[in-house]
Amino acid sequence: MSALLEVIDLTVDIPLTDGVLHPVRGISFSIERGETLCVVGESGCGKSLTSLAIMGLLPKRAKREASVLRIGDVDISKASQRQMANVRGNHMAMIFQEPMTSLNPAYTVGNQLEEAYLRHRSASRQEARERAIYLLEKVGITGAAERLKQYPHQLSGGLRQRVMIAMALMCGPGLIIADEPTTALDVTIQAQILLLLAELQREFEMGLLLITHDLGVVARVADRVAVMYAGQIVEQGAAKEVFERPLHPYTRGLMGCIPIPGKTQRGGHLGSIPGLVPSLVGDMHGCAFRDRCSHARASCAEFDQLKDLGGGRAYRCVMSVEDAAETARETVA
Amino acid sequence: MADVSATAPDAPAEPAVGGAARRQAALDPARALAPSPTARFFRRARGHTSVTFGGGMLLAILLMAVFAPLLAPHDPYAQDLFNRLSPPFWMDGADPNHLLGTDKLGRDYLSRIIYGAQISLLIGVATAFLSGVIGSALGVTAGYFGGRVDTVITFIITTRLSMPIVLVALAIVALVGGSLEAVVLVLGFLLWDRYAVVMRSATQQARNMDYVSAARAIGCPTWRIVLSEIMPNVINNLIVIATFEVAHAILLEAALSFLGLGVQPPAPSWGLMIAEGKEFLLFDPWVIAIPGVALSILVLAVNMLGDGIRDISAPENRS
Amino acid sequence: MLNFAMRRILMSILVAITVSIIAFFLVRVSGDVAIALAGEEASAEDISEIREIYGLDRPIIIQYVDWLGKAVQGDFGESLFFPETVWELVATRLPTTLRLALAGLVISLLIGIPFGVIAALRPNSWIDRLSMTIAVAGQAIPTFWMALMLMVLFGLMLGWTPISGDESWQHFILPAVTLGYYSTPPIMRLTRSGMLEVLSADYIRTAYAKGLHPAPVLFKHALRNAVIPVVALASVQFGHMLSGAIVIESVFAMQGIGYLAWESILRKDIAVIQTILLVVCLFYVFLTVLSDLLNAWLDPRIRVS
Repeated sequence: MSALLEVIDLTVDIPLTDGVLHPVRGISFSIERGETLCVVGESGCGKSLTSLAIMGLLPKRAKREASVLRIGDVDISKASQRQMANVRGNHMAMIFQEPMTSLNPAYTVGNQLEEAYLRHRSASRQEARERAIYLLEKVGITGAAERLKQYPHQLSGGLRQRVMIAMALMCGPGLIIADEPTTALDVTIQAQILLLLAELQREFEMGLLLITHDLGVVARVADRVAVMYAGQIVEQGAAKEVFERPLHPYTRGLMGCIPIPGKTQRGGHLGSIPGLVPSLVGDMHGCAFRDRCSHARASCAEFDQLKDLGGGRAYRCVMSVEDAAETARETVA
Repeated sequence: MADVSATAPDAPAEPAVGGAARRQAALDPARALAPSPTARFFRRARGHTSVTFGGGMLLAILLMAVFAPLLAPHDPYAQDLFNRLSPPFWMDGADPNHLLGTDKLGRDYLSRIIYGAQISLLIGVATAFLSGVIGSALGVTAGYFGGRVDTVITFIITTRLSMPIVLVALAIVALVGGSLEAVVLVLGFLLWDRYAVVMRSATQQARNMDYVSAARAIGCPTWRIVLSEIMPNVINNLIVIATFEVAHAILLEAALSFLGLGVQPPAPSWGLMIAEGKEFLLFDPWVIAIPGVALSILVLAVNMLGDGIRDISAPENRS
Repeated sequence: MLNFAMRRILMSILVAITVSIIAFFLVRVSGDVAIALAGEEASAEDISEIREIYGLDRPIIIQYVDWLGKAVQGDFGESLFFPETVWELVATRLPTTLRLALAGLVISLLIGIPFGVIAALRPNSWIDRLSMTIAVAGQAIPTFWMALMLMVLFGLMLGWTPISGDESWQHFILPAVTLGYYSTPPIMRLTRSGMLEVLSADYIRTAYAKGLHPAPVLFKHALRNAVIPVVALASVQFGHMLSGAIVIESVFAMQGIGYLAWESILRKDIAVIQTILLVVCLFYVFLTVLSDLLNAWLDPRIRVS
């Protein structure tokens, strides 16, 4: 059975006045039906652009290349904008970070929901309306029929995000891409939305690509996780695996930044990763993390391969698995 | 929840110029050595075509006006009734003595155009200055004090915006008699609305800045705050508006003079020259074409300069 | 929304009253009316006689109240030069001016909005720069001169349009174009900047993410939001056209209130001047309220709740 979403060697280049920017460099991953993949990394690592690249929503200047880019049976690696428009909202849908500004203030919620449906299905307005009500109830919004007549500004942030989720589901897509869906919401609402996403995913048997910078979110919902740094995936695998045995120094650094109940000592220090993300402009070679890595060695300047350990587990570091485990023991305070 | 991203804290709002800026610069040697905002402004100005082109043209016209007595080949008022409507140099039968020809009373057109620049520039600048003083005073007062004062001044502005300038100006000038002074005064007391509106909102914004609260907290008197903290930061807006009002005033004077209710003959106002040439529209269109082109070039230069200054002083407004 | 509307209307009534006071006082305060009416050769007796006839010897407040009282009933007095009453004069000529201003507005919208949209879609392209350059250049050209030049070119040299009078719709072409071109640049710029801002909004990205084609995204989603301030501007520009009509009507000899105003000003026909001033001011007040209300109504964030 082939994967729902398959991405091999996705690259995004953006020409600037003084060079070419490489925000996404050779990303590969796949998502199965019913599976949640979290892509995690800090601001600027390229995770958002990856999702926009898959959807075909990159700015005009950006150039996207991939040896394989497939959603379901549809090959979208060379698709034109017209073809992409038929895929977007239909086979795969996206939820964005800012619910407050992601809905058009000039039209009712109902209008925007129905529009998503009528675009891809030849149905009547009434049918679209009924589907909208059905999905609004599914995302936990009461009084759905009245809500349809309301304008976005009359809804709270949490409600708007639920509407966005409902809108994404209007055409029953196989894949949902959620780019930081809870970052702009109150902490109390975040948990609800994540739970909702997980429920809907199970019920409709969809794949979920969740972009986030928050490891807590990953721990909560991810089946698999891919850690991105400077435009590349530096580690991926089953979420449990990666959390318990991080192989890449960056991943380990991230884990060290979180207080873990039971492990982190009271009054102990939370880790931090010194240094800054390297420039993504111009020629890049070698390990992008080497300037910030406490275990860097000379060979890091030339090493840039993803080591595949089988079963979806992979990491991008010159150290062997044993060396990595060794240094892990040293790092844990 | 654990947050992996390294986000820099928001930079505090900093005053661009003024007392607070100077104090900050004094504390930070690195900033003191950096080029001052004025220097940076001029450096950006030099690279911006609108400013160089517009400013250059304007400067040329200004010089032409200033050195009119030296540049003009003839006395602009000297009539030569045997030499009426002599065509300009690009047409047949042109008189080399009169490069741009002569008008219906035989006066040298080139000289009248050159001297006409004086009138346009004088009225433009004087009006912009007068209306600028009135409008800024109203706007800053409204923006700074808020409350009742603001309501009253806003009402005044709204009332002024409800009046058609041309009509009012015409009516007043007709009753007091047309002259250069009358035009300047009437327009000056009418064209202040844009200053008031912009200065009001700019002042409101500046007033809410922390550095103003700080100045107030140390007991700085109001006038001092307005002058040394608020004004320097709103002066950019002022300059941009001033340039556009200069253009506005120039066009209005031309229109008033054209209608006979502005500068009076025999003064070489370009608008008046167009009016005087109207009767020769069919056979000698150049009589009205030339002063019209002069007006357009002057106003274009001023507008380009204003556009350029606005683009430079607010980089976020650049397209 | 109703609250907002009521407040605006109340405020505008206040402004209207103030404006009527100004319209009245302006003419009387800028010089002794009696002297102006009497002319240069008049003797002192003539002047005081005129003062009596026109009731100019009463306190000015009384004069104002008297005038206002009559005005509200539709009696605006009599013209010094025309047989009709001032009201008849204005009422018969107002439609011409309104038609002219409307035509001018339509022209500026028909050119300004599409070009503004195109410029926003291709920012910094040659078409963007070209339209901006034409816009900037256009604003530098005095309207009365433009009128004359167009008259020479299209009326006299090419003979395509009539050059004076207002009998047929063809007579309105040149005047409307002259009025309209001056308002085209601000409308174009505002549309352009509004579209640029709107096109970078998150909800546009959402619209594309739903799979919408560029056309509905542009027209249904983007333009709908970008056009709101343009509507307000159009209202204001209409007012400017009423004002600018004075010059245009004079150049093209059209029988509108602009031409009437100019004639009356030259002849010091006080009653007519005052009335036209009042009428135009009231139009301005009305247009300002209209633009505020339209602005509010078009934006659901203000209209609802």
